[in-house]
Amino acid sequence: MTAGRVAAGCVFAVVLAPLAAVIWRAGGLSGFGAAEWAAIRFTVVQAAVSAVLSVAAAIPLARALARREFPGRGVLVTLLGAPFLLPVIVAILGLLAVFGQAGLLGRGLGLLGVEAPRIYGFHGVVLAHVFFNLPLAVRLLLQGWLAIPGERFRLAASLGFGPSDVMRHLEWPMLRDVVPGLLAVIFLICTTSFAVALTLGGGPAATTVELAIYQAFRFDFDPGKAALLSIGQLILTGLAALAAARIAIPANFGDGLDRTARRWDATALWLRAQDALLIGAGGLFLLLPLGAITAQGLAAFARLPDAVWAAAARSLVVALVSAGLAIGLALALAVAASRKSRSPGFELAGTVGVAVSPLVLGTGLYLLLLPVADPVALALPVTALANALMSLPFAFRALLPAARAAERDYGRLADSLGMGGWARLRRLTLPRLRRPLGFAAGLAAALSMGDLGVIALFADPEFATLPLQVYRLMAAYRMEEAAAAALLLLGLTLALFWAFDRGGRGHATV
Amino acid sequence: MLRFDGVEVRQGDFVMRADLALTPDAVTAVIGPSGSGKSTLLATAAGFVTPERGEVRIGGEPVTRLAPADRPVSIVFQDGNLFPHLDIATNLALGRDPGGRVAAYRDEIETALARVGLEGLGSRRPGELSGGQQSRAALARAFLRHRPVVLLDEPFAALGPALRREMLALTAEIFADATVLIVTHAPEDARAIAAETIFVDGGVARSPAPTAALLDDPPPSLRAYL
Repeated sequence: MTAGRVAAGCVFAVVLAPLAAVIWRAGGLSGFGAAEWAAIRFTVVQAAVSAVLSVAAAIPLARALARREFPGRGVLVTLLGAPFLLPVIVAILGLLAVFGQAGLLGRGLGLLGVEAPRIYGFHGVVLAHVFFNLPLAVRLLLQGWLAIPGERFRLAASLGFGPSDVMRHLEWPMLRDVVPGLLAVIFLICTTSFAVALTLGGGPAATTVELAIYQAFRFDFDPGKAALLSIGQLILTGLAALAAARIAIPANFGDGLDRTARRWDATALWLRAQDALLIGAGGLFLLLPLGAITAQGLAAFARLPDAVWAAAARSLVVALVSAGLAIGLALALAVAASRKSRSPGFELAGTVGVAVSPLVLGTGLYLLLLPVADPVALALPVTALANALMSLPFAFRALLPAARAAERDYGRLADSLGMGGWARLRRLTLPRLRRPLGFAAGLAAALSMGDLGVIALFADPEFATLPLQVYRLMAAYRMEEAAAAALLLLGLTLALFWAFDRGGRGHATV
Repeated sequence: MLRFDGVEVRQGDFVMRADLALTPDAVTAVIGPSGSGKSTLLATAAGFVTPERGEVRIGGEPVTRLAPADRPVSIVFQDGNLFPHLDIATNLALGRDPGGRVAAYRDEIETALARVGLEGLGSRRPGELSGGQQSRAALARAFLRHRPVVLLDEPFAALGPALRREMLALTAEIFADATVLIVTHAPEDARAIAAETIFVDGGVARSPAPTAALLDDPPPSLRAYL
């Protein structure tokens, strides 16, 4: 119980103190000028367009996946969970390799004598956001589809429903429930997106608030302006988080999505062709960029500079420390929350991270550290801390159901045997939570490994993490080395996730 | 040995009242319709539920404010008595020491396992045992705790009739010098094991009455239940 209180106290302190510093430094909203408003407008517009496009494309794709059984379906559904782990910078390089002017699409169109549309700017930002959020939308919609009881489809078949009747009576009511929350979640994710805007946006016409905060720091060295922008970002994400609070954060990847409901309404040949086309196009859209980056990266892998390996080592340490922090906090909070029937304080501490943007947090921490220490020297510890706070909501959501189940099934038994403190943790909690602990630790390590956020704010070239190193190579137009470093980053990220998740599954007992 | 002095438990709209004493070193059964308060009575004795009024006493001492583990009682639940991720020996060791150090209690554990007919099965996991064997292991741990009061909450409800009779006989045998309170929904279980029976109905636990007489000539509310 006390561990939970301490954890909740730490989380609130680490979130609220920087926010207080930001608000104090900004001293109100009076300093808002045209550039700040433009950043807010761009952030809102690109997030809204990204959310609508992601969901609009996800609906037919999820429906196709829900009603078709084909070889490789399981793999495809699993892959839909991958973009969540995928470092943003890797995906961006992949998208450039496919949709960039020197990419597959650009060269293909060049052969036809047509110039490819530029990927930088508004379209690029939206394209990358759709790449990341389309899979999330498909997975959540697929869950919705599979939650429609199979008996309903049997009833529909016995009443002779065609596809449009099924849509009206079965699918539309489900979509009406799921889609608004889904739009809000994707909107929220896109408002706090930094790395996409950093690499594909920029310029007065395509700067998000997060990017503007970064520019205020790095180029103008104006913490006051950064704080001012942070307030704007805070209000924006706060509103989006309130709207998104209705939908739960997904606690796992595609568990239970490995089945389809038998359908009788969609057997027509043209419907089957349509679904096959959708699934094929969706699969290509998600897989081509990763394939392209792998191919490019392999070619230059042997020539990776030493700086990249050093950055990789630093990133691994940051990821492990961050995962340890996130898991420690999530475990303490989940156990404390599981021992009460209502625990809004612990649940708030466990999920508050979704509503705080990394760059705002980074700005606040910078302002707090500045009087007492050199923030640049503390870049890596601060990054580990910020990353832990960002992955805490996912870790907490993964642990809470198992913690509740352990308490429900064995809490009284442990109480009757006087198992408290360490004995309870070692003999009851850790063994029962082993699997979600492994999953959550893998997730936290992978998210930290791939994060390009706070580190960009603080870092000097001496202490770059791997994602930052990839960005630097890319910004220097050393694209082959960037691709190879991105491939290394991708491999390390997936290996971290796999190792922890696997560790949680090994020797599984009941 | 175990007394409920004017105990009143409130859970939302539900109220359970008990003002009774158990015969020491004997088995007393608790029967009654579901939702009548049988399990609440047991949970109050075990310390999972705190009464609003009255006092629970064991051996004359008030225990109402004590945590479950600090009371001189052992409890066997309907299910979930064994941690599935720990072997049987560790599950038993937890009865003596919340840290579950097997080495310190090896002899006692072997004796307890032998007593319930599970010799040499200490290294198995609960999932590798049959339902009857799991019940035996749960009884062995309660035995190992050597507490003067043993509480059993429908412990054999999941077993078939023959196995249930066997377990009741084993319970009576190994807890011969303890005060035992056993909740059951089967009147024949009460007949088989308990000299006296508490009938709980509508949130009121009546004083223990001789089992045979109670079941042969039931009061109207018990007749309706039977």
